[in-house]
Amino acid sequence: MTDAIELPIAANSDVVLVRQRVRTSAQQVGLSLVDQTKVVTAASELARNTLVYAGGGRVRIEVVGNGARGGLRLTFADEGPGIPDLELALTDGWTTGGGLGLGLSGSRRLVDEFDLDSEPGKGTRVTVVKWAR
Amino acid sequence: MTVHGDADRLRIETLLREQEERILKRWLDIAGAAAGGRADHGVLGGRMREIYQAMLRSLSEGDDSTDLRGLLAELSRIQAREGFTPSDTAVLVLSVKEAVYETIEASEETAALRGYIWFSKFVDDLALYTFETYVTAREKIITDQSEQLLELSTPVVKLWEGILAVPLVGTLDSARTQVVMEKLLQALVETGSEHAVIDITGVPAVDTQVAQHLLKTVAAARLMGAECVVSGIRPQIAHTIVTLGIEFGDIVTKSSLSDALAHALRQSGVQLTQGASKRVVVATERA
Ligand SMILES: Nc1ncnc2c1ncn2[C@@H]1O[C@H](COP(=O)(O)OP(=O)(O)O)[C@@H](O)[C@H]1O
Ligand SMILES: [Mg+2]
Repeated sequence: MTDAIELPIAANSDVVLVRQRVRTSAQQVGLSLVDQTKVVTAASELARNTLVYAGGGRVRIEVVGNGARGGLRLTFADEGPGIPDLELALTDGWTTGGGLGLGLSGSRRLVDEFDLDSEPGKGTRVTVVKWAR
Repeated sequence: MTVHGDADRLRIETLLREQEERILKRWLDIAGAAAGGRADHGVLGGRMREIYQAMLRSLSEGDDSTDLRGLLAELSRIQAREGFTPSDTAVLVLSVKEAVYETIEASEETAALRGYIWFSKFVDDLALYTFETYVTAREKIITDQSEQLLELSTPVVKLWEGILAVPLVGTLDSARTQVVMEKLLQALVETGSEHAVIDITGVPAVDTQVAQHLLKTVAAARLMGAECVVSGIRPQIAHTIVTLGIEFGDIVTKSSLSDALAHALRQSGVQLTQGASKRVVVATERA
């Protein structure tokens, strides 16, 4: 059973909205308070990257299940400049925007599954999954 | 309107002009009595005269009543600020009818009397207009107040001589965090405080951007000779911050605002004793 919503990310207020929707879905799936906070924070990081580095995009929030347990899958997609060196981008502290450089690498640690797909000139897609324990 | 009607209209216009002083005086008497002691008659009289003259201009020039509407809107706003109800304001405008009617009656002119019906509708419209602008004015006042509340919703409070606190509540977007942090730094300068507590008990999530604002604020405060303590980091937030890889370095963190206050008090040389009666006894250490 899949239950999905898609939201645009075009302004700072959208980042706040994404966080709120992810929080609601995380509660629905039955994530613990710690896991809710982790996935909400990851969503905040990835949504902000979409806004800041790609000038906007969208997120798909899906409630997923594999029979045994439920989970939340978030897919952030943009048609921005892409990331030339994925490994570098995933290095703690690496930033081209004067940030802490922990958004991508930190998000990877906050979730159970993390997939970064990017092509320079085409755009970036980040997919993360957090499973309920 | 018929030719006959136009003549009636003209007659009442002339009457309004010729009897200006008399009508105005009666209007002010009637409206002043209705308002009781709440209105400043001198100021109100001046305003009513302006409105009356604009009314005359609007009558003779036909449709263009921009001046008149502007004056009525202003009257409405002022009345709203002074706490009058919308019906008070409408009654004030409507009472010109009574003054005019008395004058017409005294003149014993049937043409003017017929014209009065038309004049009465004209005034009703004006009264309704003040009602509308009154509502708009009230809404504006309420909006202004809620904007001020928003400003106040992230206050910098003084906990103790030399100790400030900012309780952060709600979702922190970047802009708001920055405003709050700037406010704190400003307050540190203005009050000459050397300690600040940033309490994040009410914050549902701390991402790298919020953390960066926090870190920058603490660093800036240090440059100004002030020490910050971050309090209210709840377990789920602590987990997340650590997993993200954010380093708080040597920033002092406390679980609650009261622990943070106790820490800041100790740092500023105030001794705290937890008495048996659970009262906190405070004594300033003397050198
Ligand atoms: N959606 C994206 N499109 C293009 N570049 C991105 C995107 N997301 C991240 N990046 C690049 O990866 C770097 C690291 O991102 P992140 O780990 O979130 O740290 P920060 O946002 O603090 O720079 C960014 O500085 C940016 O150069
Ligand atoms: Mg980032």
